[in-house]
Amino acid sequence: MTYIFLFIALYFEVFLLINYFELVDNENKLEVGNGDKAKIAPDFFPSVSIIVPVWNEERTVSKTIFSLLNLDYPKDKLSILVVDDGSTDNTWQVLQGFAMDSRIKLLSKQNGGKHSALNYALEFINSDLVGCLDADSYVSKNALLKITPHFKEEEMMAVTPSIIVFEPKGILQMMQKAEYMFGIFLRRVFSHLGAIYITPGPFSIFRRSVFNQIGEYRHAHNTEDMEIGMRMQKNGMKIGNAHDAYVYTSTPSSIRALYKQRLRWVYGFIRNAFDYKDMFFKPQYGHLGVAILPAAGFSIVSTMYIFGSNIIDLGSSLFTKIKEIYTVGLYFGDLNLDLFYFDTSIILFISLTTILGTLYIIATSRKLAGEKGKFGLDSLLFIILYTIIAPFWMSRAIFNAVFARETKWR
Amino acid sequence: MTTGFKKYIYAFFITTAIFITAIFLSNYFSQKRLNEIKNIESRIAIDILASETQFALLEELSCGDIGNTFLSKELNELGEKLSYTEENRGSDDLEVLNLKRYYSLLQIKDFLLYQKVKQRCGVPKGVLSPIIYFYSNEDGECDDCEKEGFVLTRLREEYPEFRVYSFDYNLDLGALATLINIYGIEKDLPAILLNDRLYYGFRSLDEMKTLLPELKKIDAARLKEAGKATSTKQ
Repeated sequence: MTYIFLFIALYFEVFLLINYFELVDNENKLEVGNGDKAKIAPDFFPSVSIIVPVWNEERTVSKTIFSLLNLDYPKDKLSILVVDDGSTDNTWQVLQGFAMDSRIKLLSKQNGGKHSALNYALEFINSDLVGCLDADSYVSKNALLKITPHFKEEEMMAVTPSIIVFEPKGILQMMQKAEYMFGIFLRRVFSHLGAIYITPGPFSIFRRSVFNQIGEYRHAHNTEDMEIGMRMQKNGMKIGNAHDAYVYTSTPSSIRALYKQRLRWVYGFIRNAFDYKDMFFKPQYGHLGVAILPAAGFSIVSTMYIFGSNIIDLGSSLFTKIKEIYTVGLYFGDLNLDLFYFDTSIILFISLTTILGTLYIIATSRKLAGEKGKFGLDSLLFIILYTIIAPFWMSRAIFNAVFARETKWR
Repeated sequence: MTTGFKKYIYAFFITTAIFITAIFLSNYFSQKRLNEIKNIESRIAIDILASETQFALLEELSCGDIGNTFLSKELNELGEKLSYTEENRGSDDLEVLNLKRYYSLLQIKDFLLYQKVKQRCGVPKGVLSPIIYFYSNEDGECDDCEKEGFVLTRLREEYPEFRVYSFDYNLDLGALATLINIYGIEKDLPAILLNDRLYYGFRSLDEMKTLLPELKKIDAARLKEAGKATSTKQ
């Protein structure tokens, strides 16, 4: 059984890398063909509206709005709609500071969840493009300029950015930094495969017509950004990626907050996957149906399996050690460094290959995110910590999904 | 989808190639381990033969010429390595079974050599009385064998000069069956044979030290040595 899991995990990693190399190769060929065309200043400025849904975000919302106001984009082409979704703190008072800015429209409604805030704002929007920016995220100055050219392609219906952890501090945020960078790599490859199925809350930009054609946001088990992505894919709408459009997002700093966030994500994935189960293993949905969605589901199952078998092995070794200590007491003999006792099992070699592949992806992700070194402390924390803590929210998410227990935002 | 489909095939071939390489590497190292065990067994066989020859030559002469190095030093190491290999390859593995049989034969030969020297010249200085330990890996046959294994391993770690000949009671080996018959060892495991006396059931570390007073002497000598070292420093 372990061999089957390892084979599939390695197969998927190889598949991703093959696609990444193909993508880089295509880009290189394109660059050679286009010469300096890429450096020419953009001349395409569709009108854009950005929705900022807020709920009790008095501390971060100003920074989010300022980052939008600071965007390098024609002022008459950009409008910002801030929707206060029934905040109970001073968010609304803080927002009044922006009331006089003609580019900003302040809206207020009773609390109904993020999807309802987005839908409420959509009623006021008739620009060419529409996007969302969570109130804990900030855009880089040229993010929109990097995204809008993708819409020159008529079939392009939405474009996702690259998300980077904002000022990571502490072990957990460092781990998430590497994880988000890993996400940049994945989104890039998924985009190449036409298989992006999540349009993240921080600064994914859509054509306004998307919502006219397939309807508004849904509650979608508190993961509306995943559901809209899946719905778009189901309706054959193209989702692209602007990997050089950077958006910075604040991430949970405590284990409790991280657990809750991830529980919501994984639970959301399981429930949405169930809602869109007819897309799995269906060639008409391209690589998404044949490989990416099944692989995403498999990653949950395999993480749980590997975690479970590691726990059983660890428990068994611990039990034997306790029995030994109970029988003969503690003894610290010489450390046996004889090469004879080094593990040389098939599992070890396959795991090492998989880790090597992961290291390559991490190094590439860091390059894509504009980081200096190939590896950092964050990479190490990601490899070691993630596999230990992720099974906790995964197992709870599976439990909640089986017993239909909804998760909360916070 | 044609080029897309090809990528699935390429990924499959690459993954399969990695798997085959991993299987090859694992088998290669596993075989190397078996070869190392075989080499140790050959060395021990030569050691025993050399000691037997030396003993035969000296039979007519004085016992004083027999030192404390006549027994092979590598038996403990061989036992540990064989037990590690058995854990990894499984006790049903044919190669493991063969090595285990050969190991058991070497242990019997080593023990017989010890007995011969003891009868002719008494126990040479610096040589401890060896223990013959019978165990079983079969489910339900010996609940205390694991614990007794801990005790004997610990004794080996603390006293490298201490020899334990361990035998799987169920091992299909004529010489072992004869040894079991000679000493009348019943299948009431764990069983320990020490100085021609049989002990059945689990013996703790302290009980073992009581059965082997030489170990207590070594402890006392070590304590004395440590005391001397401390006083020299002062």
